[in-house]
Formats: sequence, C-alpha cells, structure tokens
Amino acid sequence: MVKQATRDAYGEALVELGHRHNDIVVLDADLSSSTKTAGFARAFPGRFINAGIAEQNMIGMAAGLAAAGKTVFASSFAMFAVGRAFEQVRNSLAYAHLNVKVCATHAGLTVGEDGGSHQAVEDIALMRSVPNMCVVVPADGPSTKAALNQLYKRPGPAYLRLGRPAVPKIYNDGTDITIGQGIELLSGDDAAIIACGIMVEKSLQAARLLADEGIQVTVVDMHTIKPIDEELIIRLARTTGAILTAEEHTVLGGLGSAVAEVTAARCPVLVERLGINDQFGQSGTPDQLLEHYGLTVQEIVNKLHLLLKKKKSLK
Amino acid sequence: MREINDQTLQLAAQKAVIIRENIIKMLAESGSGHPGGSLSAADIMACLYFWEMNIDPGKPLAPERDRFVLSKGHAAPVLYATLAEKGFFPAEDLLSLRQLGSPLQGHPDMRKLAGVEASTGSLGQGISWAVGMALAGKMDQAGYRVYTLLGDGELEEGMVWEAVMAAAHYHLDNLTAIVDNNGLQIDGQVQKIMNVAPIGEKFAAFNWEVIAIDGHDLQQIMTALEKARGIKDRPTAIIAQTIKGKGVSFMEDRAEWHGKAPKKEEAQKALEQIKAEAAALGIN
Repeated sequence: MVKQATRDAYGEALVELGHRHNDIVVLDADLSSSTKTAGFARAFPGRFINAGIAEQNMIGMAAGLAAAGKTVFASSFAMFAVGRAFEQVRNSLAYAHLNVKVCATHAGLTVGEDGGSHQAVEDIALMRSVPNMCVVVPADGPSTKAALNQLYKRPGPAYLRLGRPAVPKIYNDGTDITIGQGIELLSGDDAAIIACGIMVEKSLQAARLLADEGIQVTVVDMHTIKPIDEELIIRLARTTGAILTAEEHTVLGGLGSAVAEVTAARCPVLVERLGINDQFGQSGTPDQLLEHYGLTVQEIVNKLHLLLKKKKSLK
Repeated sequence: MREINDQTLQLAAQKAVIIRENIIKMLAESGSGHPGGSLSAADIMACLYFWEMNIDPGKPLAPERDRFVLSKGHAAPVLYATLAEKGFFPAEDLLSLRQLGSPLQGHPDMRKLAGVEASTGSLGQGISWAVGMALAGKMDQAGYRVYTLLGDGELEEGMVWEAVMAAAHYHLDNLTAIVDNNGLQIDGQVQKIMNVAPIGEKFAAFNWEVIAIDGHDLQQIMTALEKARGIKDRPTAIIAQTIKGKGVSFMEDRAEWHGKAPKKEEAQKALEQIKAEAAALGIN
C-alpha cells in the first residue's frame, strides 16, 4: 500500500504549478517546513513571502497580492489559517472575491501530539458558511494534486484542507478531479457512505467488510464540500434510503451537515453522521486519537449497522 | 505636476472644498454614514488625488497606476467624493450613498465601484492589503507607489502592527501610510479609550521613516509626500495631526459626529460654513 501525505503532494504540486505559471505567489506563516511550501520557496524565492507568525496579516497581504493580479496560495495549519484569520478570510478574501487559495495543513485530529489547541475540528464548518468560498477536502496525494490544478484554473477564493500524516493512495498518480463532482468509488444499494479526507479510504475498507456480510454499500469520495454535488446525494438518497457520512471533523456543520441539508429539503432520508462528537482533540499519536474519537473502520461498520437497523424499523 | 507652488496649492485647496461639500451633501441625502473621519481626511485626499498620485479615471486598471487603500474604510464618503471629483463617476451618483443596489456601499466595495482598490471597512485590514500590493509592485519591478490611510483609533487593531512589521521587513519603500490622527474614536478620546501614543515613535521602532505634519496644511502634506518618495529601503508613515469634522464648526473635535449623518438643516449650515471659509481664504 503506497502512502503519501496530502501536504507532501501539495508541496510538490505547488512547485510544478510554479514552473508553469509566473503569476503564482505563495505565502506562509513560519510553518513552511511543515506545510511543505518550503519547496516552492526554494524553487522560487522571489515569489514566496513568509509572513512570520502573523496569520491575519498573511491573509491581508494575500488579498493585496491578488488585487494586484497574482494567483495566491496561502498556507499555515488549519487552526490558524482559517481560525485565527477567519475574519480576514471572510472580509478580505471571500467578500472581495479575490483569487486566493487558502491551503491549510494539519487539519483534524491527526495533527497528533501537539494536542487540542492545534487540532482544528471546525474548519470545514467555518469555511462552508462563508459565501463565495469553495471548500475542497482531498482524500489522498494524487487527488490533492488534481485539486490544486483545478483550483488554479478556477478564479476566486477557496479552502483546501490537508492533513499531516501519510495516507494510502486511492487514485493513480496523474488522476484528475472535477470540483463539485463527487466520485463514486463503489456501488451498492443497501446504503451509501459519503466521506471526505482520510475517512474515504477507511470507508472503502469498511465497505469490503460489510460486503462479506452481504451488505452492499456505495462509497463516495465527496472531496468538494462546497459546492456540494447535490444531484449525486439525491440519487443516492433515492436508491438507498440511508446515508452515512464520515469526516475527520466535528459532526456539527461539516460534510454530514451539508449532506443532511440537501436531503432534508429534497429527499428526506436517514442521515447518520460519523465524525468528532462536538469535542476538542488532545495529545496522542494520530492512530490512537482516531481510535479514541471513533474515526475507525470498525466504527464505520458499526454505524452502518445502526443505520440499517433504523432504516428497517422505519419501513 | 508635482511642484509645490501657488498654483498647485490653490488647486488642492479648491478640490478640498469640493470634497467637503460633497461629503456633507451625500450624507444629508443618505441619512447615514461617517462625517467626522471623512472631513478630517479631506485635505490629505485632495493632495493625494490632485497632486501626488498617478491615476487616470479613464484607465482604472492601468497596471502602472498608483494605488490608494482607504484602510479606515468607514470614511468612504471622502473616498467617493474624491473619486467623483477625479472623474471616475458623475457627482450626482454620490447621492445614492448606502442605498440598496448602489455602487456606493457603506464601506468601499472594489467589486462595485471602479477606482476603489480594496474592499475595506473592517479596521486593520486595508494596510495589510497595501503591503501585499507593494510587495507585488516590488516583485514585478513596477514603478507604482502604494498609499494607505488609517485612523488613529484603527492603530488599536493588532493586525496593523503585523502589517507594519512586514512592510519594514520587506523594505517596502514604495509604500506610504498616512495616519489621520484626529484623536477621537466612537466612545471618546483615543487617549482615554485605548491610548495609542506615541504614534510616530511606534512606527520608528518598527523601522519606518516617520514624518509628523499638520494634516490640514496642504504644503506640509505635499512636502511630506515628496520626502516619502525619496526615502529608500523603508516605508514611510506620515502622522497627520487632524481635527475630526474639520470644516464644520459644530462637528469639529466631537466624537458624536463619528457616525452620525447631518440632518438637512445641519447640512445647510455646514455647507454655508465651508463656502464662507473658502471665500475667506480666497479659494474660488
């Protein structure tokens, strides 16, 4: 099983893009060796700006650079890029509709040992709620590169959510994605698992276990949280009648909520949300934390069973 | 164009009068907005747009243009009055300030009005944009200069100092920040609410060039701008001592006129005063 961290793929893709396009400028806030923007900094020192430990000004400068015609990528940890600098992202990027992609790493629990202050559990919810923001949560290295290339071509503000640890590659190198279009990786009519980020691969594992029990589930990589693939959600709601969402994020306001918003209005079905249960993180290894907070293959299986039980009792 | 002589001073003075008149007219019409901090900046804006900056209303996106960012975005009326007088749009449009659907939003919106370089209003952010623009200018080795106007109360926002720190770190000598130091904020005197003094020393400590002036003396404003143009390797901060509400006696130095629009009768009085003052100074 080949693994790659989405932040590493990001760093590589930035350099590749930088070679092809002169208008790209990258900013970081003293975390370039962690966010992997350091590669771009080495390749194109004249186009890399370190804001130092000053995320709000980083976003403001990004706005000014974009207003002056640059295509800007700004990075830090998710907690600080869109937490600390939320209002700057909202007022200087989204409200002004500027061409800045906030590419934040170390999202979710898998930051690990740094602990709760550094583990953004609410960043998808924050970004999703802002008008004009495009929100993408890629599941692996290859789709991260694809997302970056697509976001370069799509003018306007965007949030790309990346993680710290190496994760299994689901797609081949050189794969492409379409922003706003979910990817159906497995098909089955008993239920649908709609996942993003690290939970996609875990959902695939869970699907195989469920198949052994005779349960056929669809698994979707919903990489674009906003604009979300409404038609795919409705189609799955109609065919399966039961949806489980899975994300390395709070169950309040993220992917699960986005899916439920769609079904509630257009095709009300059971939507079970798997994620962090409205709690902060803490120190631990990434794997220990995922286990502790229930973001595991087994929990997906358990929740799927629960979902099917509820579906049956509704009949 | 950039000589300081009777002619250029007279022109700037004339423009400042027109700008002040239009601030009052548009606020009287809208019934909502910020007169105090707009009037205190009128002389600075007159010098920037009618003496200092390379700006062509016919080419609002010309790559070589100078950029102005109104970091104290609530003073939108002074920006709009200036842009109208410069020729970006007809003066009659000023009367649509703050109305539903108007390009003249309560705080400047770059997506709605040509000539507006930054969508500001949330204090502290505009100067950050200005730093970004100045960085772009350096990267592209373009000759344009970037100017930004802040309020003294605005200096209470921490991110201002992040921007100030970065501008010096990156040696942005193509950036000039002007502080409209009128001593007042909404809740009262800046000194009493959250003291920011000594302003000049703070900028100097952050490695900026600092020039202190009377913000209503056109010659001092022009001289400072000229000096800033010659400073190398570091940005310049012009700390302009001003009077909030300058030009209208019942508004001058009164915190209550920060965000209160004049009623029709008050506006009438204000216009009469501005006209009388202009006549007394021989500005026609």
